[in-house]
Amino acid sequence: MKFYRSHVLIAIDDNSLKAGVKKIESLLRAKLDKNNLSEEINVLETGGLGYFGTGVSMTVYPEQITYANLKEEDINDIVEEHFLKGRVVSRLVLNSTITKKYNFNYKNRVVLENSGIIDPENIEEYIGVGGYEAWEKVLTQMKPSEVVDEVKASGLRGRGGAGFPAGVKWSFTAPIEAKQKYVVVNADEGEPGTFKDRLIMEGDPHKLLEGIMIAAYAVGATKSYIYIRGEYKLCIHRLEVAIKQANEYGILGKNIFSSGFDHEIEIKIGAGAYVCGEETALIESMEGNRGTPRYKPPFPGVEGAWHKPTVVNNVETIANVPAIIKNGADWYNTIGVEGCRGTKVYTMMGDLKLPGLCETEMGTSLRTIIDEYGGGMKDGKQFKAALVGGAAGVFLPNEMLDVKMDFNSLKEYSAVLGSGAILVMNEDVDIVDILWSIIRFFRHESCGKCNPCSNGNPVLYKLIDKIRKGKGKEADLDMMIKVSEVMNKTSFCALGQSPYMPIKSAIDNFRDDFLKRMK
Amino acid sequence: MYEKIFEKYSPDKENLIYILHDIQDSDPQNYVSEDAVQKVSEFLRIPISHIYGVLTFYTMYSTKPRGKNVIRLCESPPCFLKGSEKILMQLCEILNVKVGETTEDGFFTVELCACLGICGNAPAMMINEDVYGDLTDEKLIKIINDIKRRA
Repeated sequence: MKFYRSHVLIAIDDNSLKAGVKKIESLLRAKLDKNNLSEEINVLETGGLGYFGTGVSMTVYPEQITYANLKEEDINDIVEEHFLKGRVVSRLVLNSTITKKYNFNYKNRVVLENSGIIDPENIEEYIGVGGYEAWEKVLTQMKPSEVVDEVKASGLRGRGGAGFPAGVKWSFTAPIEAKQKYVVVNADEGEPGTFKDRLIMEGDPHKLLEGIMIAAYAVGATKSYIYIRGEYKLCIHRLEVAIKQANEYGILGKNIFSSGFDHEIEIKIGAGAYVCGEETALIESMEGNRGTPRYKPPFPGVEGAWHKPTVVNNVETIANVPAIIKNGADWYNTIGVEGCRGTKVYTMMGDLKLPGLCETEMGTSLRTIIDEYGGGMKDGKQFKAALVGGAAGVFLPNEMLDVKMDFNSLKEYSAVLGSGAILVMNEDVDIVDILWSIIRFFRHESCGKCNPCSNGNPVLYKLIDKIRKGKGKEADLDMMIKVSEVMNKTSFCALGQSPYMPIKSAIDNFRDDFLKRMK
Repeated sequence: MYEKIFEKYSPDKENLIYILHDIQDSDPQNYVSEDAVQKVSEFLRIPISHIYGVLTFYTMYSTKPRGKNVIRLCESPPCFLKGSEKILMQLCEILNVKVGETTEDGFFTVELCACLGICGNAPAMMINEDVYGDLTDEKLIKIINDIKRRA
């Protein structure tokens, strides 16, 4: 292996690409070349660092100095000052409050531990940080049933929203005798405000692949699919590269590590439908149909894709698996809280100083996430509400800021963790507007299969639109709660069941906002 | 004219979504025509009704001709909170169209879409394959002008 004096890690993600990172990177390489530094300084592409609004950014190791908001004309200074003379270009260094957050942010990471540190398009870098060790351990030392037991013992719960224990899900499929079984990864991230899976796949695609292979071995599946939304172009590209590399290295394919186990991973691309996040709708879509949910039971674990036993897991769930196998269930049980182990990746947005993502232990309070990871409220405004869990989430007022963020604690407040999206609103925001936007979303995304959802959502929209236009009555609020409650109890899938949560919590906690529109 | 696309896939129903993506992407008017549906039906040996069902279910497909550049502005709550409605009004004003319409020169179509997953940079939109975030009125004008100039 070649040794370099310094490594420069350039964050390549959707945001930096828009800011012209490719041009800047080639300028940097050319400039290093010109100064005969390209043998000493290694320039690497990596995933996003996890904060936004910083344009093109790069981190120089071993000094660990992050430069941000770089323009083409800054490259000269960086090469001449930093790399030739060893002087930090302080005017370009990322604001220290952000860097502090950045270091803090890495401390607790499990799923995103490598994101922003390794080159996601190079399998050797992933292997270099201990990647695929869990896969090797599984193939050479563990029986499939032992893998299932380990994941069960870890207490890992599904990160897609429902929080079903992953090991238990696997244990339904594992004992079934079938010629063909599948593992399907749900990467159809459509919950408004959620982009955690995008960052996992952009920053560390091999971790996802490793998790898939372990899951596949555990349940005896020889083929896996990653169902990804069509909008995630960079993720699709990175996964394609990763799968190709894994095949070339013999980590995927036939008779892996001479174990006799074969595995193949294929990417399936969606075409834009929120309901396809529902596992049976996703399977319908994979088969080339309209993405409408199927009747359960039989559950996909017994009869899923092409009527074969199929395990469907969220990206984040699967990305937890390699660490659990490598370090053991006991280790995983030291993170998080009773009944809800491990970390959770949150996406924070709205009126925050530092919107972006963070990964932290389950059970961290909402206040900590907003103040420490999100940097607190922007422009000195007061906090009014946080919508936790996406559109299918719950509005939490100031009094609930100390709620612990895990499946069980949130349940006590009739709230949900959902996908981990946190939309923060300040005092100027009118909850009526936001609820209107949420209901409009559900009305648009209802798939039309069942009556309560396809007819209920337009009714809800009519009511909220009337209120928003100042023509509502107080009785309309009770009507909205009633209609959404009926939908919650009678809809075929989670989509129709969801509007109840934002509606009930908005009206209960912010009734004044609605009444103001009725004067 | 669709043979090149069909060659890439086995005639299985599960490939329908890809084939429709490819056909739409290769069409200068960014849509899937009746003729194309007919050909896909013959190739995959599935009814036209099934194909139309799929086409009209997913938001990324269109059965009507669209502009050369399809603008999809996110209307989800995070973007809404950051003023996507104002951006939409501005966009419609600059291009002199309503949502779902195409400009007279056939250059732009304005559509709304669900969350694009870049909520940290709300409000956001997608033009063809490219994502644009942190939209402001000035930025919007610049983006539109840049695309016009490149043409």
